[in-house]
Amino acid sequence: MSKFRSNGKREMPELNTSSLPDLIFTVLFFFMMVTSMRDVTPLVQVKTPTGGSEIEKLERKSLVSHIYIGPPAKQFRATMGSAPRIQLNENFAELEAIREFVHAERESMFEKDKPLMKMSLKIDKETHYGIVDDVKLELRKAKALNIVYSAIQEKPKN
Amino acid sequence: MGKGKRKVPGLNQSSTADISFILLIFFLVTTSMDTDSGLSRRLPEWDPNVEEQEMTIKERNVMTVKVNKNNEILVKNGKLNRPVDIAELKDIAKEFIANPDEDPNLPVIEPYDIEGYGTVNTTIKHVIALQADRGTSYEVYFKVQHELSKAYTELRDAWARRHFGKPLIECDPKTEEPIARAVYASKISESNPKEYGTEQ
Repeated sequence: MSKFRSNGKREMPELNTSSLPDLIFTVLFFFMMVTSMRDVTPLVQVKTPTGGSEIEKLERKSLVSHIYIGPPAKQFRATMGSAPRIQLNENFAELEAIREFVHAERESMFEKDKPLMKMSLKIDKETHYGIVDDVKLELRKAKALNIVYSAIQEKPKN
Repeated sequence: MGKGKRKVPGLNQSSTADISFILLIFFLVTTSMDTDSGLSRRLPEWDPNVEEQEMTIKERNVMTVKVNKNNEILVKNGKLNRPVDIAELKDIAKEFIANPDEDPNLPVIEPYDIEGYGTVNTTIKHVIALQADRGTSYEVYFKVQHELSKAYTELRDAWARRHFGKPLIECDPKTEEPIARAVYASKISESNPKEYGTEQ
């Protein structure tokens, strides 16, 4: 019996934490890889419509530029009213600015990617179609013909 | 001077974990994992001279989908002319595009040559003219686009099952999928029905 009996005081062995930084670094690198900085602060409120099977994911983010259309956010309501406005980059914009925006976006891309440029239209579902039609005409004039009606994919019901 | 051998003191690394934790939390916060998704479309080329050009299309080849400012959908083709519900639209569009019973009031079925496959009989000349009022809600407009798109996808899927023996999603995206896409090529025109501005 006494062979196995410990002699009273026993100290808890200290945990070896020397590999902890390596562990954290691995997780850190994972997040650095998948991260993409939040693109813009929204000035307009956009709630995109929901769709089903036809919604596809946009694969290469570098090819996509965004145009936001919707009612101004709450803090701008007092001065701008609630009629839908267009947001390009960080500013409110008029229809005429779209062409310039498209050219600027196109210039910032690699030569071989230019024909693949996609415009993602993030449009609030309460918006009237008129402004959407105007924007589409401007995009056609600017030769940005690939568009995506941004939408949320609904989960299938089974 | 010294005692000869001198040991390099070990660096205290106990704070490395803390530093990397801070970095980790920073990236966690700034990460947006949500990928953008949506309905892809291709706009027709814009040419100021083309707007005047008129192309006559046989009446049986045209289906007009009108959405008015009260968000009511009106469908007119060779067979029917009435307001429809959004839920009906897909099946009406499918019947119009494929014309399975070879109805003389629906689009002409004719042989069409597809590169890399051969000749198929399809309604290659059909046009769906989508006209939305400026006052239409975008949500309804989007749903109409979605339903029309779904009609095409389901027809392509059925075609792929018949001819390749497998659903469209299992088809080779480089070879088989474009063929199924060409058989039922999307012909949604968003301008005046007499013009030929098609959206892919």
